[in-house]
Parts: sequence; structure tokens; C-alpha cells
Amino acid sequence: MKHKSPLPLEIHDLTISYEDKPVLYGIDLKISDGVLVGIIGPNGAGKSTLIQAIMGMVKPLGGWVKIFGQKEKKAYLRVGYIPQKESVDWSFPVSVLDVVLMGRYGHAGWLRRISKKDRSIAYECLEKVNMHSFADRQIGKLSGGQQQRVFLARALAQESDLYLMDEPFAGVDAVTENATIELLRELKNKGKTLIVVHHDLSNAKEYFDEIILLNMRLIAHGPVKEVYTKELLQKTYGGRLTVFTEIADQSTKR
Amino acid sequence: MNATKTFSLTLIFLPISQLLASTKDLDFFDRTLRFFSFNDYSVQVVVLGVIFMGIGCGLMGGLVVTRRLSLFSDTLSHAVLPGIVIGFILGGFKSSFVVIIGAMVAGFLGVTLISSITKYTKIRLDSALGLVLSGFYAMGVCFLTRIQKLEFGNQSGIDRYIFGQIAGISSTDLYTIVISGVLILAIIILFYKELLVTGFDSNFAHSIGLPVEFIQYIFWMLLAFTVITSLQIVGVILVSALLIIPAATASIITQNMKTLLLWSSLFAVVSGIIGAYLSFLGNSLPTGPIIVLCSCCIFIIILFLHWKNGLLLKWYRLRGKEKKIAVENTLKAVYQELEVQRFSKDLILISDLAKRRRVSVPEVCQEIIPLIEQELAFVKESSNPKLRGENKIALSPKGWSEACRIIRNHRLWELYLTNEVQYQADHVHDDAEKIEHILGDELVRKLEKILSNPTKDPHGKLIPSQQDIKRGYMHIQ
Repeated sequence: MKHKSPLPLEIHDLTISYEDKPVLYGIDLKISDGVLVGIIGPNGAGKSTLIQAIMGMVKPLGGWVKIFGQKEKKAYLRVGYIPQKESVDWSFPVSVLDVVLMGRYGHAGWLRRISKKDRSIAYECLEKVNMHSFADRQIGKLSGGQQQRVFLARALAQESDLYLMDEPFAGVDAVTENATIELLRELKNKGKTLIVVHHDLSNAKEYFDEIILLNMRLIAHGPVKEVYTKELLQKTYGGRLTVFTEIADQSTKR
Repeated sequence: MNATKTFSLTLIFLPISQLLASTKDLDFFDRTLRFFSFNDYSVQVVVLGVIFMGIGCGLMGGLVVTRRLSLFSDTLSHAVLPGIVIGFILGGFKSSFVVIIGAMVAGFLGVTLISSITKYTKIRLDSALGLVLSGFYAMGVCFLTRIQKLEFGNQSGIDRYIFGQIAGISSTDLYTIVISGVLILAIIILFYKELLVTGFDSNFAHSIGLPVEFIQYIFWMLLAFTVITSLQIVGVILVSALLIIPAATASIITQNMKTLLLWSSLFAVVSGIIGAYLSFLGNSLPTGPIIVLCSCCIFIIILFLHWKNGLLLKWYRLRGKEKKIAVENTLKAVYQELEVQRFSKDLILISDLAKRRRVSVPEVCQEIIPLIEQELAFVKESSNPKLRGENKIALSPKGWSEACRIIRNHRLWELYLTNEVQYQADHVHDDAEKIEHILGDELVRKLEKILSNPTKDPHGKLIPSQQDIKRGYMHIQ
């Protein structure tokens, strides 16, 4: 067999629980290079948890995650991350440029100062999202869409190969949404892999190449054409599988 | 700028300190000279002590306040009390080293307790903090009363850990304070990036491979260290005040972390020095409360008088705006009255104006005073000076163009709301009443463009044109 470079993301039998309640159950996933993937599912389906588990922020009950064939802790330089907007204290005394520079911290490493090159990269990323005129503005004094664009610029500054984005379109104006999706496609064309948690079913079809349907377990994963079907969507959104969750609950409670 | 601030502060405090000190004038000047000449060894220890304590507390305070951990630092400072008392007994009432160890152990226990309560129970952080704070403090007070019942309890000097007594610090104490101040400064400089990113976005910090929990733990330990080394100067209860107040003051001034840390430590140092000085004058006054009072004073001064964010200036600006709005409303009423008369006359009766404004004649006379002062209008008095309602008012050319501008803003906005935003015609007036005063020239140009230079408002009234505004009233007829 020919030697193949390792996949950007491979997940095997991943199970995660919060306080004895299983959130994700036996997830298997393989994501290949240069695709734009949407994670779709109802509230409480474990979409954010899946992202956090890939980043190694929540410890799994079982299973494993490999990023470019490595454990997530070793691969963090190759992964860019956009957390949910609500997870951040927007009154914190940092400027827009400060936040984007944080995207360079991983490259700078401990005890090293931010270099001029890092600064110019950060500034370029701000220009790409059209926020350079706000560079010195305190981060809380922006609109929701602008804040999300700053997060996008920070992710760009990370210069990663795999991007994980948690609801980058939530609470965002139409202009920002369009600009964001343009940028994501541009990144994809450069061979990057992007995994995006998305809440809006109506435009998911146009936005993504592949879709992951999630509701506590993997319902389906594949190209939009195959997965975006009435049956599968119904399966994802049509209520919880009560017996399944009950049994899962009891099994983790011990 | 800061030098003058410090100076004026000293001016404020001098008379107060005299009262506090209740010493003779000669003694007062003598002591002031001794303090500021900096020759005296004990003065040197004291001043160096407050400077390094100020640096440490100011820096840590900046981090604490921006991370919303104020209550946490408060809890920590109360939790060390039982440790201090036990350390005091074990150390034979002398060794401040054993006291510090005791405080550290108690602080460590407190922190561990808080984090395990929040981790393993459903109790939230604020309740856990309150629980640990009061529990540990109650324990400390019980121990304390036990000690004071002992024979030598009153002379034991434990008071200085409760309220702070700077005169009592030894050179060993000074070393620990200096070491802690320098350590904090060094850590913040070296790990500024990491502290910034974990404070702002801990999820992201985690994603770039930073050991977030470890950094947080180090942060807590540093905080405990700051609290404990500052104890002898400000005392157990007020240590958290010195962490919170200077940083809160700095957060009024700036929204940049570096500047905030700088100002915060500066405020802490300044209030430390002033407090030490006052305490030095009064000989036996407790240092802690005085230092905290000084930082409160600085806070109040900045809160009200800061040139950009001070409350006093904000209030002043608001007053200015309100006055401007009142003038504009009166001008508008004059215009509307002229309009009703189809601009046939240039003088209108004060009583008519009062009717339109829906106020009494004396009130309307008050309203037009600023108009006359600003030369926007003038009054023609009637033959009978007692009947003020018979007086007539006319607009000056300047007043006319102002009135036209405001009416134009109002009607353009009404038109915009009805045509573009699809408001009902009877809904738009109240909104326009507010917007007319704040529409800038640029926005007005935009409205004109969108509405393609309209001439009539939704109620069919003419919108004064740019020409009307420029022309001045006298030429309109």
C-alpha cells in the first residue's frame, strides 16, 4: 500500500460525559484534507463538546482523538480555534490588536516576546477581515459581528492547518456572515481543513462541502448531497431517543 | 501631572493629619522633616516597605480586578486569620516567620476548600467564597479571644496583624516584602502574554497548549503570597482593599492592561506613602486603615475629576447638552409660530409662543433668556411694560438659520422614518423630537441623498431648504 500522510482529524469511539451525564456517545469520524465541514444538530446535541474534546479541553470517558496522526497535545500548533463568543469577558482591558496577537502566542512560545514579524502578521490578518481601522479599540466597544471578525483574524494569525470554529455565525450581521464564509472558502482552497459548528439549517446546504449530523451520537457524516436529506435531518432533530439516553445515563452513573 | 496630584493630596491631608496627630506644631514639622528627609533608618524601612508592597498589591490587584476575582482576594485575606493566630502561638509570640508559615497554610487550605466545594458540589463560586470567608474568619476570631485572655495577650502584638502597624516591621519583614514585590513584578513581566490570554479567553489559551489550570494555581499562590506579606502593613481585613481599590481606580482611567497595571501600582504606592506618613505623624495610628482611606480618597478624586471619564465632567457635559436642547426647542417653537402666520410677519407675540410651548408667560420669558444672550433672537417691548405677554420676539439671522436647521432635521427624520423605515405617520413625531438634536451634518447629507432632496415632510409641511438656512429670515418675504 502507498504511504499516505495522516488525516487532519481522526476520532475513534469517543465518549464524553459531564457530571455522570453522557453528552457524546461512541463517535467515529474521519475528516480529510481541504474540506469545509459543518457540524449540525439541535441544542444540547454536544456540538461544542465535540470541538472541545478534539482540543483536549474535556477528558473523554473513552476513545481517542488524533490530529494529523498525533495526540492533540502535540499538535496544538497546527490547530486554530474560535471559541463561542459568550465564553469571553468582553470588558477585559485588551485592544483588538492585542487579541489578534494572541493568535501568535503559540508560535512565540514561553518567555519570548512578540516579534515585529508577529505584529505585521497580526495586522495583515486584521486587514483581511476589514477590521484594521479598529486595531486600538477596546474589544468590548465593538458590535457582535465585529467581535466575531476579530476572533476570525486571531484564528488566521495562528496559521494553522486545521480550524475548529464554534458558532462563528451566531449573532452576526449579514455582511460579516458573507465575509466570513468567503474567507473560509479561501482557506479551504489553500488546502486547510475547517470544522464549523453551525446552528442555521437553511443555509448549511450552500455553506459546506460535508456535513456532520450530531445528536449525542453521530447520526451521519458525508458530502452534503448524501447527508442533507429529509430522513436524516428528521432523525437528528426529531426528539431524543429516550431509551437510548436513559440507558446511557444509567450506565455512566454506576 | 502626577506630582501635582500628590502635592495637592498632601495639601488636603496636612490639616487632617494635624488633627489626627494631636501633637504640637513643632513636633509636627519636626516629624514631617524626619519623614521626607529619608535619613532615619526606621523611616527608610517604612517607606521601602510601602513602596514594594504597593508595587506588589497594585500589580496583583490589576490582575485580580480584571479577572473579576475581587471577592476571591477578600476571602483569601480573611481565611489566613486562624493561621496567623496559630502561628503566633506556635512561634512563641515572637517569630513573624512562623506567623507567615501559618498564614500560608491557612490560605492554602482555604483555596483548596473553595476549589473542591465548587468542583464536587452544586454550590456556586460566590456562595463557596462566602462560606469559606466567614467560616475561617469566625475560627480566627475565636482563637484570637483565647489569646487575649492569656496573661501577656494584650502586649503580644497580634494587633498588628489585624490592623497593620508599619512602625513594627523589622528588616527581615522588609526583605520578605521586597522579595515578594520583585517576584511579582518579574513574573508579570516574564509571563505577561500567558497571564493576558488566560485572563481574557481561557478556552483559547488551552487550545494553544498553555497549562491553564497550572497558571491559575500559580496565580492564586502569588495572590496568597501578596496578601501574607502585606499583612503587617495593612492588616488581615484590609489587605484586599489595597488589592481592589487602586486597580478599580486605574480601570476608570484606562482600558489597556499594561497602563492599568502601571497606574494601579502607582496609586497603591502613593496611598501607601501618604498613609505611612500620616501614621508616622500620629505615632500609634493603625497604618492599614489610613492607607486604605488614602486609596479611597484617590479613587473618589479620580472618579469625579478625571479629565475624560470623571463623573463631574460627564455631568457638566450632560447639562450643556440639556441646555442646548432647551434652546433648540424654543427656537423651533418660534419658527412654527412664524410658519402658522405664513411668514407674513417677523415678530410674534410672547403669549402666542407660550401657548405653543404649553407653558406660562413667565416661564417662556425664562426660556428666551439664553436665546437673547446667544444673540439668536431679540425682544421688542410693548408700550405697557407690565404686560409681558404683549412683548414681541423676532429671530436674528443667526437664530433663523439655527431654527431652520433644527426644523429641517426634524422633518427629514420624520420623512425618513415614514418612507424608508415604514413607520406610521402618527408614530414618527416623538422619535424625531429626540433625533433632531443629535443629527450631525454628515447624517443630514446622507438623509438628503436617500430621500433625494425632499421639500415636504409626511404631514405636508414644507421642509426649510439649505437656501432658506443660508438666506436668513429677512430675505424670505
